[in-house]
This record gives sequence, structure tokens and C-alpha cells, in this order.
Amino acid sequence: MQQLVRDTNAWACYDCGKCTATCPITRAGADYSPRRLVLSANLGHEGEITRDESLFACLTCSLCDSRCPAEVGYTQLVQKLREKAFDANIQPECPHGGALQSVMRMMAKGGTQQDRLGWIDDELQTTPSEGEVFLWTGCTMYYDAFFPEFGLATAEGTRAAVKLLNRLGVTPVVSPDERCCGHDLLWNGDRESFEALARHNVELVKASGAELVVTPCAECVRTWLLDYQPFLEGSKVRIQHLSEYLLERRYDFEFADGAGGRITFHDPCRLGRHLGIYHAPREILSQVPGIELEEMRRSGRRAACCAGGTWSNCDRFAKQIQVERLREAKATGADVLVTACPKCQIHLRCAMKDPNIGKEISIEMRDVAEVVASALV
Amino acid sequence: MTSEVTPVGKTTAAPTGFVPRIVVFACNWCSYAGADTAGVSRIQHQPHFRMIRVMCSGRIQPAFVLRAFEKGADGVLVSGCHFGDCHYIFGNERAVEQFEKTMNVVKILGIGEGRLRLEWISAAEGGRFAEVINEFTDQVRALGPSPFATTDAIDEIEVPETGGCLNSDPHGGEDPRTSGTGTETGTGTGTGTGGGGH
Repeated sequence: MQQLVRDTNAWACYDCGKCTATCPITRAGADYSPRRLVLSANLGHEGEITRDESLFACLTCSLCDSRCPAEVGYTQLVQKLREKAFDANIQPECPHGGALQSVMRMMAKGGTQQDRLGWIDDELQTTPSEGEVFLWTGCTMYYDAFFPEFGLATAEGTRAAVKLLNRLGVTPVVSPDERCCGHDLLWNGDRESFEALARHNVELVKASGAELVVTPCAECVRTWLLDYQPFLEGSKVRIQHLSEYLLERRYDFEFADGAGGRITFHDPCRLGRHLGIYHAPREILSQVPGIELEEMRRSGRRAACCAGGTWSNCDRFAKQIQVERLREAKATGADVLVTACPKCQIHLRCAMKDPNIGKEISIEMRDVAEVVASALV
Repeated sequence: MTSEVTPVGKTTAAPTGFVPRIVVFACNWCSYAGADTAGVSRIQHQPHFRMIRVMCSGRIQPAFVLRAFEKGADGVLVSGCHFGDCHYIFGNERAVEQFEKTMNVVKILGIGEGRLRLEWISAAEGGRFAEVINEFTDQVRALGPSPFATTDAIDEIEVPETGGCLNSDPHGGEDPRTSGTGTETGTGTGTGTGGGGH
């Protein structure tokens, strides 16, 4: 515990309370306080914290991290404490009955041949095993299968990513043996399953001979860049978010006339505050002719969260946060809310299902890659 | 053991040493009562399943089925009232929605469609219950053990002694499914719902 307090800089806390004042769920009324958490950690009350249910209420959106003058790593602290809680057999009350956790753990166990490439059609050029660029697709096909009631098509974002890479003359590796990156299990405290997935995935990429992993998913890129580091040691594999890759390649796409429209961009917490990628998605969006990007009241570092990041919390506070966010999006006058994370889409679309205010807050949602790819000639 | 009694419906497959573990979700008003009918009518069927009673098939959300698979079930059967017969009027329509979602995820995961089935069984259809169970058990047996069925997982899904549902000692040191000690001829006592439910 002492080590953890040192590692996360928690000892530097001088009790100013900015974290709790800024925390989206505390503001929505939940019984959770990052300041209290850090205080308990500093006092060494490990058992108290890990038994505290509010540990799983944290959205891990990192807003407190970005506001803390003492640079306390709350998000890292919460992640490590959740691991301790998990070891003590304390688990979150998973939304959807824990179905998604079951799916992820089954992937961690392995042994089946997944049928995850149903979204690939003849138009797309991919290769299943070896190549220079590995396209890490993420679990969009699972989400589309699991949430048919939201009219989701998050796999469209994945398809768009392949389309964009193809335009650059790249035939990406899209592997049928890809498994969940383990992001959610890690943030639920299940390190053992996470490590099993990490080892499998890193081996898969190494075996493909790829030098670059590109992914359109905000959570996958965070996991690969930060959490997979110990598994990638000694390997030259680079990891990039699709938007960064497109910028780096200085692409020169031909866009069709009449594309575009008024859009607004919702920064996923994993891409924004966790990795500091704010510019790249905006830049590639702005290159589409006719696109007008209107920023929301809270954007960039201040961006609000979709309130459902790790499948470990969903309650009325989350709903309130989502509704507020959608109202902000509507207030910009945009027709499309663009994001770079399938989960932001799922959770915000869920809020739109509200029978009372659903109409008022409904807005079309699309992935960055989808917007750019659909404007191509 | 009433091993000399021939089971109704399809006969038991030749012994292979593999005893499938099937989880059956049954609604309180129709399917569970249907299983009971099979029991009280002494209709013989294969006993390799555990029954979980829920008030309505509409309650059987994907998490239940996926958790069963995660814990090592070789097959999962979801059952409820026939359309129009639901005790809660439209509960089984919700069950279909939930089942379709589950099936989609099961397909992508590669567990195999054959391991999951949805059936409507009314309280009077004891014979049909036995038929469905025999057919599904044979189907799952042909598919072999689930890829997620490790010995650990089996210990976890072990239900309390129900007296007659298992042919071999479930708490034995080795995996009872592959040890070959489980005889295939016994069809249990015929009361598929086991002792626990009554």
C-alpha cells in the first residue's frame, strides 16, 4: 500500500478537494469522493477501501487527474485498488448481468475459433496473418451483436478503418484470432485474465511480423500503449491510433463534393485525458471538405465522460451525465456527434432510448473513421 | 438405477466416456412443470442436465447463458411456455429477444450454435420434454466437451447432491466426464427435475 501511495503520488495530496469538486459522478450526486479515497489510501486503510463499493463507481475518466495540482494519479490508484479488491473476491455489480465480462473471460481462456470477421466484405482488402500493418479491430462485432436495440453499427467504424488504410495502399492484417485487449477486465481488477489476453495478443502481433499496430478504438490504443508495455519489451512494434497514423502518413484523399455537414466531437477519456490525443482526430475531420466542427461547451481536456467506460458501473448518475452530454452536443447545433470509441456510442445511444426525453436529446452518432471514409470519392 | 428401461425417444448414444453437462433453464409455469410431468409419468430420459428454475423465460438474459458456458457447461437449453401461453402474457417474447442476442454472441465466440437451444414446452408435455432432452443431450454429446470445460470450472458449477442426476462421484479426484467410470446406460430415476426442486 505504501508503495502504491508513492507510485501514484497520493502522498502529495494537500487536501484541496478539487478532485471531488470536479468528479462527474460526485457532481451527479453519487456517494463517491476521490479525495476521500486518497485520504484513506494515505492512512493505509486498504481493507476499508477495497470493501467500499464506491471503488467501482469511479468512471476512471481521469478528469480528477487532469485537475489535481499535486498530480496525484487517481486513475492508476483506483485501478490498483480494484486489483486488490478483486483478489479479496470483491467484484463490481456488473451491468448487463456480467455478460460482457463472461465473454471476455471466455476469450481469455481461449480454445475456440471465433467468427469475428463477419463484417469484412469483398470491397475490403485484408490479410489474415502476415503483413506490415496490423489493424487491431477491437470488439465492435460483439457490441453490435449484443446491443441490437440501439441500432448500433460500430463495426462500420472498423470497416471504415480498413477502407482508409486500403486507400493509402496498405493491406492491413486483420486476424481472426484477435481477442479482447483486456481493457475492461484490467479495470475490473482481474489482472490474471488480462495478462492471459495480453500475452496472446502480443504473440499474435509478433507472429504477424507487423511493425505497426493501428487501431480505431480508443480503449485498445490505451491498453496497447500503456498496459501492454511489459509484454512488448524488446519488441519494435509501434502502436498508433488510426487518426494519428493518418496524420503521419500525410494522406491525400480525394473527397466527394457535397460531403460534410455540421459535426461535433466527443473526446473519449481513453484517447484524450489518458493519452493526450486531442488534435489528431480533429485534424483529420477538418480535412474533409464542408465539415464544420463545432466544439461542445466541455471539450478537449475538459470533455465529459460517457459514464460507462469499463462495464463496471451503470446507474442513474451515469444516465444524468449522459443526458447532460447529449444536451451539450445538441446545443452546438451539430447534426452528427462524432467519437472515436465504440463504448461512448453505446452509452450515449442508450441514454437516447429514454422514453420521456429521448427525442429531445437524440443525435446521430458516428465514428471518426466512418465520417472520413464516407466522404471519400 | 433403472438401466433396463428403454428411454423414450432417441435411444442413448453409444458410451464414449464423455458425459455432457447441460444447463436447462426452465420457466416456473410451463417447462418446469413439464419436466415434473415427465417425472411423475415415469418417462425415461437422459439425466445429464441441471435444471435452473426461473419465474419466466423472459428473465433468462444473455448473462445467465454466457455464465453457464464460461463455467464449463457443454450445452444450454432455454425453455418456456408456448407463445400465447405465457403466464405473464408476453414474457416469452422477451425471451426470444434475449435468446437471439445470446445466440449472436455465442456464434461470434465460436462456442457453436449446436450447444444452445430454445424450446417451448408446456406443463402437459412431459413426453416432449423427455424427447427434447434426449435429442439435445445426444447432439451435445456428439459435439464433445466444451472448450471452456476445464476441471476447475466443473467444480464451480457443481450443484448440491440431487440423488440420481450423476452417475459418478462429482467430487472425485479426476474429471468424471473423461474417466470412463460414468455409465451411459443409467437414465437416472426419470425425474428430470431432480430432488432439489421438490
